[in-house]
Amino acid sequence: MIYLDNAATTLHKPPQVEQAILEALHTAGNPGRGAHEPTLHAARIVLDTRLALAELFHAPDPSCIVFAANATMALNTVLNGVLHPGDHVITTVYEHNSVLRPLYRLRAQGVEVSFTGVDDAARLCYDQWETLLRPTTRALVVTGASNVTGNGTNLVRAADFAHRHGLLLIVDAAQTAGAQPIDVQQLGIDALCFTGHKALLGPQGTGGAYVRPGLQIAPLLVGGSGVHSFDETHPLQMPTVLEAGTLNVHGLAGLCAGVQWLLEQGVENLAAREAALARLFYEQVRTAPGVTVYGDMTMQHRAPIVALNIGQEDSARVADILWEDYGICVRAGAHCAPLMHKALGTAEQGVVRFSFSHFNTEQEVQQAAQAVCALTRELLCE
Amino acid sequence: MRIKRSYIVLSFRTTLEAMEWEKQCHVRQVPGRLIPLPREISAGCGLAWRMLPEDWQSWQAELDETRFDKVTPVEQ
Repeated sequence: MIYLDNAATTLHKPPQVEQAILEALHTAGNPGRGAHEPTLHAARIVLDTRLALAELFHAPDPSCIVFAANATMALNTVLNGVLHPGDHVITTVYEHNSVLRPLYRLRAQGVEVSFTGVDDAARLCYDQWETLLRPTTRALVVTGASNVTGNGTNLVRAADFAHRHGLLLIVDAAQTAGAQPIDVQQLGIDALCFTGHKALLGPQGTGGAYVRPGLQIAPLLVGGSGVHSFDETHPLQMPTVLEAGTLNVHGLAGLCAGVQWLLEQGVENLAAREAALARLFYEQVRTAPGVTVYGDMTMQHRAPIVALNIGQEDSARVADILWEDYGICVRAGAHCAPLMHKALGTAEQGVVRFSFSHFNTEQEVQQAAQAVCALTRELLCE
Repeated sequence: MRIKRSYIVLSFRTTLEAMEWEKQCHVRQVPGRLIPLPREISAGCGLAWRMLPEDWQSWQAELDETRFDKVTPVEQ
């Protein structure tokens, strides 16, 4: 099997991740709910995970890191926690439904939403931002990179625009956390939402957000906190304010091991390897007859994704043949990014997405490219 | 019968603050340990750092008082 669906979930993790989860299953109690060794051990795992993520994102303090079940939950928390009826938001057609659907729901409650379009190479039209701006604009919400094409968002430009106009900068880092260096302080990001199971190399069910010190986010959930039990309201201090209920400590143990491994290896090194693998694949398939590749492969900061179609063939059929006949795992369809597909003109066909990991080998990439070329010859002769 | 003795208890604003405190204390070999928050300090639940009064006397000047909330003498 050749696994090239890393933009959905990374399958290959460092062995330390599995070991940490297993160890936590045997040793971790409920964090912050007592002072015996298993509960303290769990709380230490949570602290170490916060510290590792704070180091990775260059956050000033571990209290800036809050945990959630995934990026979707973190994005719902942040968007619902800072936006109010009458506010206006600028976002992009790159966005995943984890951003779009919370914004659509907020729109039904009186929040106004504008979308940044793309050019012929599916690059964001940053010049539109000035024209989309209104007196009520409160936030710029952008993904770090499109999960369909891999095209990146220029976060320096986003930060400059947001800061010049006093907007909150909210970043969906589902595709970029752990895959690209991110310095939240240098960029001046207000909230960065991440998932644990992609490039951060943790298990599913982990994720969270960096929240800039001083940014007040009304909690999505309230409940058990382990402190101030007789208060009728949830504690307001970070990170407790955004972490009602027992955390997924076993998952966080794995996430912590994954992030610590990333810090040891260096995100820049791993990103360069992934970019080289994506480039190798692209160079071998781009000239195959009938192949259309979407996105700008010359971009410096992009996710290691190559999205393509073969003629007018249904992307679902191509992905299924790649799995059935070649043992290659890719993702077809809409990738929960409907506006991106509408902009690409692929709403019906979908695209076949190949997404690479630093754990992939050049041999795997070459095999996948050969499979695409063979399939192209076969399908175009039908 | 268990004999009570005097302790100094440091309480915190959050569980995170308590865990950061413990980590620092382990590194610096500050004596004491985390305990359930005594009811003299606050009803409910939470964590506190308990140490002997003589250890508190020895370490007080070196400990960063911004890292904890309150100092309370207790009998336990």
